[in-house]
Amino acid sequence: MAIFYILLLFVIIAAIIAVETDNLLSSVICVGAIGFGGSLMFLFLRAPDIAITQIVVEVLGLIILIRATIARDLTFITGDREFFGMVVSMVIIFTIGLAAIRVFETLPHFGVPIFAMVPEAASQTYISQGLQKTGAANIVSSVILDFRAYDTLGEATVLFTSIIGATVILRKKCKKLLEDPD
Amino acid sequence: MKGMTVIVKTISSWVKVLIFLFGIYIVIFGHLTPGGGFAGGVILASSYVLLMLAFGREFVEKNLSLGVASKLDCVGALLFAAIALFGMAYGAASFFYNFLQQQYQYGQPLKLASAGTIPLSNIAIGLKVGASLFMVILALSTFRPNGSVEQKE
Amino acid sequence: MPYALCFLLFMIGLYCAVVKKNMVKIVIGIMVMEYAVNLFLIMLGFRTHGEAPIVGKEHIAGPAGQVSSLFINTSVDPLPQALVLTAIVISLGSLALMISICIRTYEKYGTFDITQIRRLRG
Repeated sequence: MAIFYILLLFVIIAAIIAVETDNLLSSVICVGAIGFGGSLMFLFLRAPDIAITQIVVEVLGLIILIRATIARDLTFITGDREFFGMVVSMVIIFTIGLAAIRVFETLPHFGVPIFAMVPEAASQTYISQGLQKTGAANIVSSVILDFRAYDTLGEATVLFTSIIGATVILRKKCKKLLEDPD
Repeated sequence: MKGMTVIVKTISSWVKVLIFLFGIYIVIFGHLTPGGGFAGGVILASSYVLLMLAFGREFVEKNLSLGVASKLDCVGALLFAAIALFGMAYGAASFFYNFLQQQYQYGQPLKLASAGTIPLSNIAIGLKVGASLFMVILALSTFRPNGSVEQKE
Repeated sequence: MPYALCFLLFMIGLYCAVVKKNMVKIVIGIMVMEYAVNLFLIMLGFRTHGEAPIVGKEHIAGPAGQVSSLFINTSVDPLPQALVLTAIVISLGSLALMISICIRTYEKYGTFDITQIRRLRG
């Protein structure tokens, strides 16, 4: 598991660079580094489904992000917001951090999942009877398409709505309406 | 956007078939191996995105236009809802009842023909995700800021 | 310890989304937060020396599809994986929506700087 911690540190360093650099293009490339490092970490956490999805989604996301930043004149926007708002937001972030430290004391240790301690947990049923009830060898697939298919239906609706929204925002007619009112 | 050099065009015209086949494999074997409709759909979309980056937008719009992509998107969503409604029609059970597995028990575990409606749902989800992601990237690439920024106030 | 590092990643994203002025930087901060949340949910289900929740040939114990107790005792939690799988694809859709809003705003105002966009001032 040493490689896992090295990857986690790599991801955190990439996130800091992505946040703090002034060049937008290198910031986007650092986001790609976070995504691919995250994909490797999912592989170490025994989640191959997530790893495949993450690595493919990352490629398409990079294409979308680079489409936004390239061919714009990259004005280097430096500096932060005004001082008072920044102080208030830092105080809020610090408070959330303090609350999170209290939460971490209640979590079990890393490597001992919660569902293993509770015999009646839903995940126990999925693991022990998933193949018997649905016939799918991939338990994750049987969860998202049989046991919890309502979630997938809702997810399909959300994806549909966001894509429709993006298409409508990028439409040409919208601009004409904005240009000549009446 | 007239496309890239001839080297990129040749390589991508070979590779696009392999990527498309790999996407179909990921979708169909989703109930046996890692993968499934979501990952396979994104791979199917990315094969068309590769064509769009290498050959230019007009070449892709001849093959798969925006209207056809949005129709495929709707077909995927309707197929997924229809599978759920068929489960309701069979038996007294609920929405998303896995009627093929519960009533007929066909196929064996770890074979391709098993798991009832799960492969069908995988195909529907893959169609939907792939078509919608291709559609949004085509819309992003179609968008041209016509003229300079004249409305700066 | 890994939970704390994962939360540090979340805090970096929150800082970026709250403090920065550039619109694309705000989108990047939201993406970093999404990665952190996905990673945290997967970590909650991890089991030391566990294996992926996919039934192989050697795990089948009966003809009707019963799985062996070895698989039940070593498999990681499949439920967070199923939830995160949908969340990743949704994040791609919302990323496309946010980027299209950014492009529209750039075309209208000629900048990504949110303090220069006067109409958005509340």
